[in-house]
Amino acid sequence: MGAPDLLAFAGAVAAGDIEVVDLTHTLSPDFPTIVMPPELGQCAPFRMEEVSRYDERGSAWYWNNISMGEHTGTHFDAPVHWISGKDLANNSVDTIPAANFIAPAAVIDISRQSAANADYELTVADVTAWEKQHGRIPPRSWVLLRTDWSKKIGRDYVNMREDGQHTPGPCPEVVRFLVEERDLHGLGTETIGTDAGQAFHFNPPYPAHYYMHGKGRYGLQCLANLDLLPPTGAVIVAAPLKIRRGSGSPLRVLALVPRSHA
Amino acid sequence: MRQPYDGIVIAAPVTIPYRRYSTNTAHWWVGRAVREVVQRAGLRSSDIDGLSLSSFTVGPDTAIGLTQHLGLSPRWLDHVPLGGASGVVALRRAARAVQCGDAEFVVCVAGDTNQVDSFRRMLSTFSRFAQDAVYPYGSGGPNSGFALITRNYMKHYGATREDFGKICVAQRDNALKFPHALMKKPLTLDEYLGARAISDPIHLFDCVMPCAGAEAFLVCREDVAKGQGIPAARLLATIERHNAFPDDPIQYRGGWAMDLPEFYAMAGVTADDVDFVQTYDDYPVICMMQMEDLGFCAKGEGPDFVRSHTLTADGSFPHNTSGGQLSVGQAGAAGGFLGLVEAVRQVTGESLGAAVPDAKIGLVSGFGMITYDRGLASGAALLAGGGA
Amino acid sequence: MTRPLQRPKRKDPLKKTRVPLLPQGVRSRTALGLTAAAAEGRFRLQVCADCAAVIYPPRDACPRCLSARLPFRDVDNRGTLLAETTIRTSTDVYFRERMPWRIGTVQLDAGPSIVAHLHGDLREGERTRLQLKIDKSGQAIAMALPAEDTPNMADDPQWRELTCDPKFRRVLITDGRTAVGQALAEAVSEAGASVIFVGVADPWKPFPGEGRLRKIERVEIVALDLTDTISVNECAGEFAPRVDILINTAEYVRTGGLIDRKGLTVAREELEMRYFGLTRLAQAFGPVLRARGADGVNSAAAFVNLLSVYALVNWPAYGAFSATEAACLSAAQSLRAELRQGGVKVLNAFFGPLETEWYQAVPPPKVAPSALARAVVRALQQGLEDVFVGDIAEDIRARLAVDPKALERELGS
Ligand SMILES: [Zn+2]
Repeated sequence: MGAPDLLAFAGAVAAGDIEVVDLTHTLSPDFPTIVMPPELGQCAPFRMEEVSRYDERGSAWYWNNISMGEHTGTHFDAPVHWISGKDLANNSVDTIPAANFIAPAAVIDISRQSAANADYELTVADVTAWEKQHGRIPPRSWVLLRTDWSKKIGRDYVNMREDGQHTPGPCPEVVRFLVEERDLHGLGTETIGTDAGQAFHFNPPYPAHYYMHGKGRYGLQCLANLDLLPPTGAVIVAAPLKIRRGSGSPLRVLALVPRSHA
Repeated sequence: MRQPYDGIVIAAPVTIPYRRYSTNTAHWWVGRAVREVVQRAGLRSSDIDGLSLSSFTVGPDTAIGLTQHLGLSPRWLDHVPLGGASGVVALRRAARAVQCGDAEFVVCVAGDTNQVDSFRRMLSTFSRFAQDAVYPYGSGGPNSGFALITRNYMKHYGATREDFGKICVAQRDNALKFPHALMKKPLTLDEYLGARAISDPIHLFDCVMPCAGAEAFLVCREDVAKGQGIPAARLLATIERHNAFPDDPIQYRGGWAMDLPEFYAMAGVTADDVDFVQTYDDYPVICMMQMEDLGFCAKGEGPDFVRSHTLTADGSFPHNTSGGQLSVGQAGAAGGFLGLVEAVRQVTGESLGAAVPDAKIGLVSGFGMITYDRGLASGAALLAGGGA
Repeated sequence: MTRPLQRPKRKDPLKKTRVPLLPQGVRSRTALGLTAAAAEGRFRLQVCADCAAVIYPPRDACPRCLSARLPFRDVDNRGTLLAETTIRTSTDVYFRERMPWRIGTVQLDAGPSIVAHLHGDLREGERTRLQLKIDKSGQAIAMALPAEDTPNMADDPQWRELTCDPKFRRVLITDGRTAVGQALAEAVSEAGASVIFVGVADPWKPFPGEGRLRKIERVEIVALDLTDTISVNECAGEFAPRVDILINTAEYVRTGGLIDRKGLTVAREELEMRYFGLTRLAQAFGPVLRARGADGVNSAAAFVNLLSVYALVNWPAYGAFSATEAACLSAAQSLRAELRQGGVKVLNAFFGPLETEWYQAVPPPKVAPSALARAVVRALQQGLEDVFVGDIAEDIRARLAVDPKALERELGS
């Protein structure tokens, strides 16, 4: 077998035979960040300060200084983000093998259930039902949870109540199942967090973070446009910034989707 | 007992005709006046060995700068920044200098220019108290300060606007005969009463008009004046007092009242002997106050006194015979010389305008420097004719 | 009797906005003692330490005994108006456009005569109370008021020129998420503000008191995040020309000094919210405020900073917080000088621990948010520059005046 023909690949992208779907929210100051009790450390929201704009601060150029947390906006979670992954090899964004930034995706649609119940938990049964239809999830695949949550804005998106956030996510068993039985590459969600809004009360708390990162798997959060992806067949390009010992980073997440010529 | 001013005279009274606004500097006005004195006295400028200067607008110079500017080499030099009191004060200092032989010919000169903005600029920086405690209060200038004094005086002593109007109208009558007066039109009492308010109860014709001009005179020994063949006035007595009655909550009397007995005693005359009076007339209420404090009537009788006299040069109480500042104009510090220079002219028979018949003894009064709520400086002099 | 102020009409867009002019603000150094008194609403004059003479105008030698010991002391402010005048022409451009203007000579019972501005309800011969006020130039002047309060007396035009009364003014409260912000919205609404814009950051985060805040009369919630330059600029772009009084209610209270706070995350947030927040507000709203200082009855009037009294001296239990507050105080002083050019005042309200969750472990006395809000509104109505709210703030200020070093030790032990 000869080398793969990347020119053909590029040609297919250019021709639209491979569609590039942007799964990223725009980084902006008003995009919500994860909410922690106020006495704890907080994730910095995105901020932008103009350095110059064709003015006395720089006559012919426009640029900004930006600041944010590693987990601001559409972002990538590295294993070192969680205590369960703190001692793994290659667990930070700068040491993760670059090949791991490209992987296929299985898109599981629980948007109907989530619309009915903001606290909907993905179960093993949901996964097996999906596999019945689309086949077994291949090893080292991203599992992307389509909830259509990214279509909500502001208060509805965060959905904070007095007892905390209410957003859908995986139950503890399904995370273990995906990691141990399906060799999951990582979990991607549309909500703030790979875990459900109420996952602090799960056992263990935040099971997606705990199990996935404990096994060196990754997370993608605050994704958009999952409704534009086929259940199978898409390839995700998600390369975080190379931050020394970084626990994650905002990034541009792209899905390559072969166009069906029906 | 004070030593009399025997043998000391005032001569060569000079008024440089005023102008409402001038593009010339104070130096120019002062120089013209000094030259005029020198010429009138038949001297050369090198004869001048004493110089006394009063000016608000000569800055950054003072008298010393003027010596070089004018090419004078005096052996006696004075700067008298006392506004309306500067004429009398300059005179009494110069008289003593000449009397003691420190100088022979002292020219006393006051001159100020008036540029379009100079009055406003002077007001805000007039004094520290003005800056701290007057100017921020409406910036009405001396008008509002004297309005308060006038208002209080009217309330206490029953003076009316008609009384003040009478003073102003009489002065205008005098001014119509005085060639250098800036006000050339007659003033009626109705016009006075109908004028626009400036700072109640002060109305337009209660206020002097700031202008540019200069006044000067020569002080020398009587025998020297005689030798030069110039008419001269003898100096009978002077008084000077500053910050009198500081505990008066609002000013209703000036420093003259403190020193009046000594004043007439020194001259050996009484108020009845005085043939005319030149009061300092920045506002008519101050004229009335001077009539009281200089002994022509008792305190509080000023209004009645005004009502019972004509105040014109030819009348029962000749007052401000050239028209005073109210009708001639106020040329800065020269305003403090105007009455004195006019008095010298009257007693020496050199009147330019309305001559007081048979004027032998004249009283000149000065008043000035309202740095906060009252005029601080006051002075007066008695002059007599027949000096040379 | 003062004519009650009428609600100003909407501005005629064809009319030029009056450039803010200032009365002369030059004073002798000694006279600044009056400014210091006026800033806090005190009536203080020099009183000779040797002969007890009460002195005015300020001097450097006692006119009775020539003593140089002439401290400013609280003095009985009652007196009698001896004479008044209505000035109708002035050489000064500021007063020219405000003619006629009444002043008068007041004889104080304590001694000296003071030429003062006159309240419209005061007549010649009447008894009066004198107050020292800060005028548009930022310097002290004396104003004579009727001996007893009169109806609508705050509406007197000469008085309103000296105050920052919220009545018929449009107020921006920068952070409505805080208890103090909500209390202030209520207080300025009661004081007659014509609209109260209340900034809310992170609108996706619910907050306590939100329902009540929205029900306050004439409150309009606006998006404003003081930690976000873009948000502040956007808010200013929309609302700055309609803000006459800006009250910065942003707070960020965390315990601890320098050592035990790990890293700078909290310190940064603190600075972002407080120091940089203030800077952002100054840059975004300052230029318009400064340009609108003479814009009629509802001219721009004040920029209000709420500052912990520990801005004046560090309280190590809240050490890093105190340092941030000190930075804000220093910035407020700069802002005060910058806004003065437009005749707009900067009011600093200093307070001790508040009756809020972030001072939970601090024993009383504490300041209720509503008390702080009332004090701020009162200070605006009085046109003050500095106000100390509550016992702790007063206490710290008094002890600081006596011995700063002793206070530093006491707070640190
Ligand atoms: Zn003393």
